[in-house]
Amino acid sequence: MQKIPMTSNKQPDHPLDDLIRTDRIPHIWCPGCGIGTVFSSCLAALKGSGIDLQKTVMVSGIGCSGRAAGYVKLDSFHTTHGRAIPFATGLKLANPELNIVVFSGDGDLFAIGGNHFIHAARRNMDMTVICVNNLNYGMTGGQVAATTPHLAKSTTTPAGNPETPFNLPLMAYACGATYVARWTMLHIRDLTDSITEAICKKGFSFIEALSPCPVNYGRRNKQKPLDMLKLYQEKAIIKNDADPSTLDIDFEKGIILGKFIDLDRPTFIEEYDKIYRPSRLQENVPELNS
Amino acid sequence: MTKPAVLTGEYFMTGDVACAEGALAAGCRFFGGYPITPATEIAERMAIRLPQVEGCFIQMEDEIGAMAAILGSSWAGVKSMTATSGPGFSLMMENIGLGICTETPCVVVNVQRGGPSTGLPTQGAQGDMMQARWGSHGHYEIIALAPSSPQEIFYLTITAFNLSEKYRLPVLIMTDEIIGHMSEKVIIPEAKSIKLASRPRPKGRKDRFKPFAPGPNGVAPMPAAGEGYNLHITGLTHDEKGYPVMDVETQTEMMARITEKIQKNLDDIIQTDSYLLDDAEIVIVSYGVSARTSMAAVAEARKLGIKAGLLRLVTIWPFPEDQIRKLADRVKGFVTVEINLGQIHREVERCAGGKVPIFLVGHSGGTIIHPDEVVKMLKEAF
Repeated sequence: MQKIPMTSNKQPDHPLDDLIRTDRIPHIWCPGCGIGTVFSSCLAALKGSGIDLQKTVMVSGIGCSGRAAGYVKLDSFHTTHGRAIPFATGLKLANPELNIVVFSGDGDLFAIGGNHFIHAARRNMDMTVICVNNLNYGMTGGQVAATTPHLAKSTTTPAGNPETPFNLPLMAYACGATYVARWTMLHIRDLTDSITEAICKKGFSFIEALSPCPVNYGRRNKQKPLDMLKLYQEKAIIKNDADPSTLDIDFEKGIILGKFIDLDRPTFIEEYDKIYRPSRLQENVPELNS
Repeated sequence: MTKPAVLTGEYFMTGDVACAEGALAAGCRFFGGYPITPATEIAERMAIRLPQVEGCFIQMEDEIGAMAAILGSSWAGVKSMTATSGPGFSLMMENIGLGICTETPCVVVNVQRGGPSTGLPTQGAQGDMMQARWGSHGHYEIIALAPSSPQEIFYLTITAFNLSEKYRLPVLIMTDEIIGHMSEKVIIPEAKSIKLASRPRPKGRKDRFKPFAPGPNGVAPMPAAGEGYNLHITGLTHDEKGYPVMDVETQTEMMARITEKIQKNLDDIIQTDSYLLDDAEIVIVSYGVSARTSMAAVAEARKLGIKAGLLRLVTIWPFPEDQIRKLADRVKGFVTVEINLGQIHREVERCAGGKVPIFLVGHSGGTIIHPDEVVKMLKEAF
């Protein structure tokens, strides 16, 4: 039997190391957290997409997922709570060559930042928004979010959540997003494929990535660290093109995953150029007669 | 259709429009706005003019988004501005703080109206002066300018951009409804006579670049996103690399960086103006539209034999402390004239250090102060 040396000189490089600020590792994410998996899926997608990474910017808000911007070795902005999307809007409009990825959490994007999400989708602002949905505010210790299931417990709903959570893909679709998908961090290949597709697609793309928070959500809802992953495995129903109005998350009946929306309509910049800067467009159009 | 950014010529123009033209002359090419009386006309002018100069205008969903958007566009390398009034200014405070912390150049115009809350939307006031100084949480330095006419707002908007680029921070223009809506002669000079400043640019190896390592005047060079620097920019307390570090030493160093770049350059930043100040025994301290009231009052007082003079604050923040201190050693007293119930007044009081009496001619907002009220105070108090 071959003897495996206990000490090797150097660990092999991770294939995504060139996209990580390794001098900032270890990261802050808890054991059992799924953000790192979604993050590496996003990095794999960025790498695989073939886009110019020097022209690619990651923008985050505040929260556990918001820390992603601090670990990616690209131009990256860790902004204020909920404001990643309007900050990214300014970046994109000032330099349309930039590829924009907003990576943030459900609390950041849909409670405090909900208004900005709605309007960026309506405008079809050209960016990819990845929402890590862990069903609660993890950074602050497990409070109820706009995505927490009805009756689920959190530190601010100690007897159960009286509210109804958002159906995020429906919201994105209703607001005008041109690409909408939902996966879990367990469906890593599908998630990576979706992020790749979204990055390469112009317009406002939205991907919801369900991700466990065993420390703050699971603990208060009688879930052991692997329980949520089992639910992802057992209750997942992959149904591409599903009607967005049917996508409420139901851990009893099933969680519908897939690519739901993939359509084309002009982006804000295309419309702005067409209406306000026709000369810029003409410069780019080759003359037919010549 | 492309038009020049600098519309050289003589105009009859409102303060709001002159502000927009000043911004364009300063090189502003992005405006993120939200409609609010009495600042809307700035956004409307920019909506027409920016596409003419290859710039971009967007009306955001709220002032929070407007402020966030101009920080983003500034990091894309474009000079950027927003304009608002009290309620919007309150909403912008969060991201003004991000601009301070991330040392992001941009210009924020507050065309002040009566407050608090919705207050007097169509009527002028100067009640946000302390909000301009301390409105965002935490300790910081800020630059705020107060124009007294449409012509001056044109020039001070250029100054605001130049200072914001040079010192890498949001610069505030604290004007008011009266100046914003007043029409006066505005001369726009030739483009070549306008001196423009741009943010210091990095040199040397990109992989070793530290976005918060200060240069000679205490300000770090600033690249743009997409230039290959792999920047990390955060509102968390950060080191010279831009990386978050949660300790007292880093907080102390970062705070020193963002405060000292202003404190050590006061002579370059602070501008004041004066009228009959040299032999004055009583000094009126005023700014913005109230400085016009004060000038008329000084002229009237002189006719009555009262040796009054005016110190007009063009720069409000950083506060011209030294000038007030020096005057306090030689004059009989001060009168502060402002459309609030005593904000800059308290600063004057602080700097005068109890050496001479100080009186306030203030007003809750909604109208200008009449020169007669100032003259009355000069006659009665001294």
